[in-house]
Amino acid sequence: MDILSLFIIVPLLTVLALVFAKGLKQSRIISMIGSIVQLGMAINLVFAYFKERTVNDQIMVFTKDLVWFKQFNIHYNIGVDGISVALLLLTAIVVLAGVFISWKMKELPKEFFISLIVLSVGVYGFFISIDLFTMFVFFEIAVIPMYLLIGIWGSGPREYSAMKLTLMLMGASAVLLVGILGIYFNSGADGGALTFNILEIAQVNIPFEAQKLFFPLVFIGFAVIGALFPFHTWSPDGHASAPTAVSMLHAGVLMKLGGYGVFRVAMYLLPEGALHWTDFFLILAATGVVYGAFSAIKQTDLKYINAYASVSHLGLVLFALLMLNKTAWNGAIIQSLSHGLLTAMFFALIGMIYGRTHTRNINKLGGMMKILPFIGAIYVITGLAYLGLPGFSGFVAEMNIFVGGFQHPDMFHRVLTVLAVSSIVVTAVYILRLVGKIMMGPLETNGVENLPKATWYEKTGILLLLIPVVGIGVAPLWLSDMIMESIQPFIQGLL
Amino acid sequence: MNFSNFLLMRHEILLLGIILLLIIAEIFINKNKKSSIVHLAIFLFGIHTIIGFFTIEEGSLFGGMFHTNGLIHFFKNVLNIGVFILLLQSADWLQEKIVKENRGTEFFVLLFSSLLGMYFMISSGDFLMFYLGLELSTLPVAALASYETTKRKSSEAGIKLILSAALASGVSLFGISMLYATSGSIYFNDIIEVITPTNLTLLGIVLFFAGLAFKISLVPFHFWTADVYEGAPISVASYLSVISKGAAVFILMILLFTVLKPLMHIWENVIYIIAIATMFIGNLFALRQQNMKRFLAFSSIAQAGFILLGLISGDQLGTATVVYFVMIYVFSNLAAFGVVQAISLQTGKEKMNDYEGLYRSNPNLSLVMMLALFSLAGIPPVAGFFGKFFLFTAAASKGYYLLVFLAVVNVTISLYYYLLVIRAMFLRKSDSPIPFFKSKLYMRLGLLITVIGILVIGLYSPIYEYIFELSKNLY
Repeated sequence: MDILSLFIIVPLLTVLALVFAKGLKQSRIISMIGSIVQLGMAINLVFAYFKERTVNDQIMVFTKDLVWFKQFNIHYNIGVDGISVALLLLTAIVVLAGVFISWKMKELPKEFFISLIVLSVGVYGFFISIDLFTMFVFFEIAVIPMYLLIGIWGSGPREYSAMKLTLMLMGASAVLLVGILGIYFNSGADGGALTFNILEIAQVNIPFEAQKLFFPLVFIGFAVIGALFPFHTWSPDGHASAPTAVSMLHAGVLMKLGGYGVFRVAMYLLPEGALHWTDFFLILAATGVVYGAFSAIKQTDLKYINAYASVSHLGLVLFALLMLNKTAWNGAIIQSLSHGLLTAMFFALIGMIYGRTHTRNINKLGGMMKILPFIGAIYVITGLAYLGLPGFSGFVAEMNIFVGGFQHPDMFHRVLTVLAVSSIVVTAVYILRLVGKIMMGPLETNGVENLPKATWYEKTGILLLLIPVVGIGVAPLWLSDMIMESIQPFIQGLL
Repeated sequence: MNFSNFLLMRHEILLLGIILLLIIAEIFINKNKKSSIVHLAIFLFGIHTIIGFFTIEEGSLFGGMFHTNGLIHFFKNVLNIGVFILLLQSADWLQEKIVKENRGTEFFVLLFSSLLGMYFMISSGDFLMFYLGLELSTLPVAALASYETTKRKSSEAGIKLILSAALASGVSLFGISMLYATSGSIYFNDIIEVITPTNLTLLGIVLFFAGLAFKISLVPFHFWTADVYEGAPISVASYLSVISKGAAVFILMILLFTVLKPLMHIWENVIYIIAIATMFIGNLFALRQQNMKRFLAFSSIAQAGFILLGLISGDQLGTATVVYFVMIYVFSNLAAFGVVQAISLQTGKEKMNDYEGLYRSNPNLSLVMMLALFSLAGIPPVAGFFGKFFLFTAAASKGYYLLVFLAVVNVTISLYYYLLVIRAMFLRKSDSPIPFFKSKLYMRLGLLITVIGILVIGLYSPIYEYIFELSKNLY
């Protein structure tokens, strides 16, 4: 069994075991064991990857290629480069943290964990696919459990949010399907056989007319899940209604599929289309960055604040990708990782606060630091990391993105970069205000002095996320190395 | 022609034998054990289905009126499996309602006659055989639709079906006569050689097409569908939506791809427009349906619209994807109808609201329904996704990207109403949910086969490859 297929097989076995589980206790133990194994495999993969790199300079390593539908030239074709390795690690961390945070899931626990793990199968599969068809299959597998996860275990207008999220994401994937078919039928442009293999298609000169037509379809198809303005509206509602672990997984991992797909498929396979459309989408992405930040200021619901902040920060990912240079792309990938960890932490903390005070309204919260010191302290740390304080992952990412942005000497890019940079200030406004109000401020509600302290499983979940945040911030080089050399082949067509 | 040539008609002869056996058995069956006719019919048909899988040679009979090849043979097997599942699913209904009124044998005779008609229709080598098959497959279903004689809606369904069917087949016959007038022959092989796009030919084709479009319930020939599905017994509705539609799609495909191939540049426009209309109207009308049978009726109209995307490509890829999709559709739709049938039989409830909280009381049924709906909606990893993806590939291979785009818009619309059912079953809680019940053995077996089909057909690629190889023989 090859090292990558295990990333799909282990969660599937976990699901199988969960089917036979009874009650909450068995379900969570099984999920925890499965996720720990998965995290172990992911860490092992990082080391294995570095080792493999010294002897193997292919774009993708650990590849495995099995024919699936031979008439369509569809293969089960998997492999990883540094970027996928990093994202796999992120996914494994967030899933495990999500399992810990859901330790006390009351309603239909077995079904909850099954849906969660199935979702993660989709994400893992997406990150290791080289074949467009396989990738698309995993993409949809990752989206559809969200409907049940939000619809059954959510709060507030959960049915509405779940439906909105599912339809928008599936609608986007439908658009993506047209784009993929367009790429597929143009993959024989140089006289070769039609193929879904990303690496092979990249060698083909797809006609410019086709690139121009299909780039926006593929880009939008992926970018909707990356919360591209104005297609971001599913995200605040979805996150606000979702249960904690699902918000974590969704904002932390699932939304990264968008940036990854844009970079791996849209820009790599359709470089001329990317150059043609970049200005238009850059405006949208920059709008999203600024708009998300300002929207976050106005919100009073903690989850909405975080959701809009995600729109802003993931807008930065797309923004960086559209800058089309190596520094910015490096920033985009690190931002994906950093945001994945930080937003997962935020959602986990919000979940803990909400679980104790039963409100997410910032006007009704205050002085949490006094009654919940652990949660309060972590909240402040997360907030500071989020607004890009040096020493944390957020700083490394944003630094790279803006340096990359300023490498363009022309007016258009300058203005947009300055706009995007200004969003940092806005981020500081809402983060600091939030910390000041609900952590430091006076105690708001009466009778909340005796809230239960953070439990061991909550602390474990949080620490799992915090360690890599600091890790990236203090020693970003190992990650940068891994990412930088993997970006090289992908950006060549664009320079 | 010698006697062994008749073995080419093995399916037909066997089925005829079963019909006769059932009629004879009716005489001898003990009055106290009337329901044993159901077991007998299922047993005989099961054997017939299995025998069907033995390979058969290619060839034609009666001077070309009847011909068969690997693909046709395969499709007959698909129909057989579909009918077999349907029999399993309706066994309880038959035993509890129909056999008691002493009308069990007639049900099987009518059902099998209709299936026999379909065999002849898809094996036809000339328009006469085709027309006979068409009529034989439609008329018994009209009787079946009004089988629940005590229900007004059932009788209404029968009348509606027979009137619309008669009109449609009349129009179709008129079209055939025009084709005969221009080409001087009713044999497909002769027509291929002389067909030209004259006005009379085109009129003939359009009229002829209308007859089949009625059976497939393409817009604008779909008006009978929802009412008939709602009124007819569920077994009959599912027969109409799966078997009858599948067979009609198949013969339409064969005629378009072989006989009418020279006129492809004309009929592809017709298909294009009808595909768009069918998808949109089917989907938009399905949005507001509350009755599960009406809901599935409009959903099946929309599915027919998707099938046309495969037809429009007009080559081997199109053939393979259409047959593959129809096969998947048989399993998915039968699973959905099976669950509706099981619930209706136990509780008499057929509204979507009644399904609220179903997962908490009947998890297995809900899961089957969920798989079926995901398959119909085209969500991986279940089979429907692969069927739809390949259909779209077939259309895109000819450059119809706009059509594919409209189709994927429709996929999203359809996802909405499929999710409505899932919402009712999984998300909602009900004060008076459908109580837990255990279906009988036949029903569970029937649902199990559909679930296996839904899970396996897509992921297991040799099935598609086999169909693709068979599709070569069409030309």
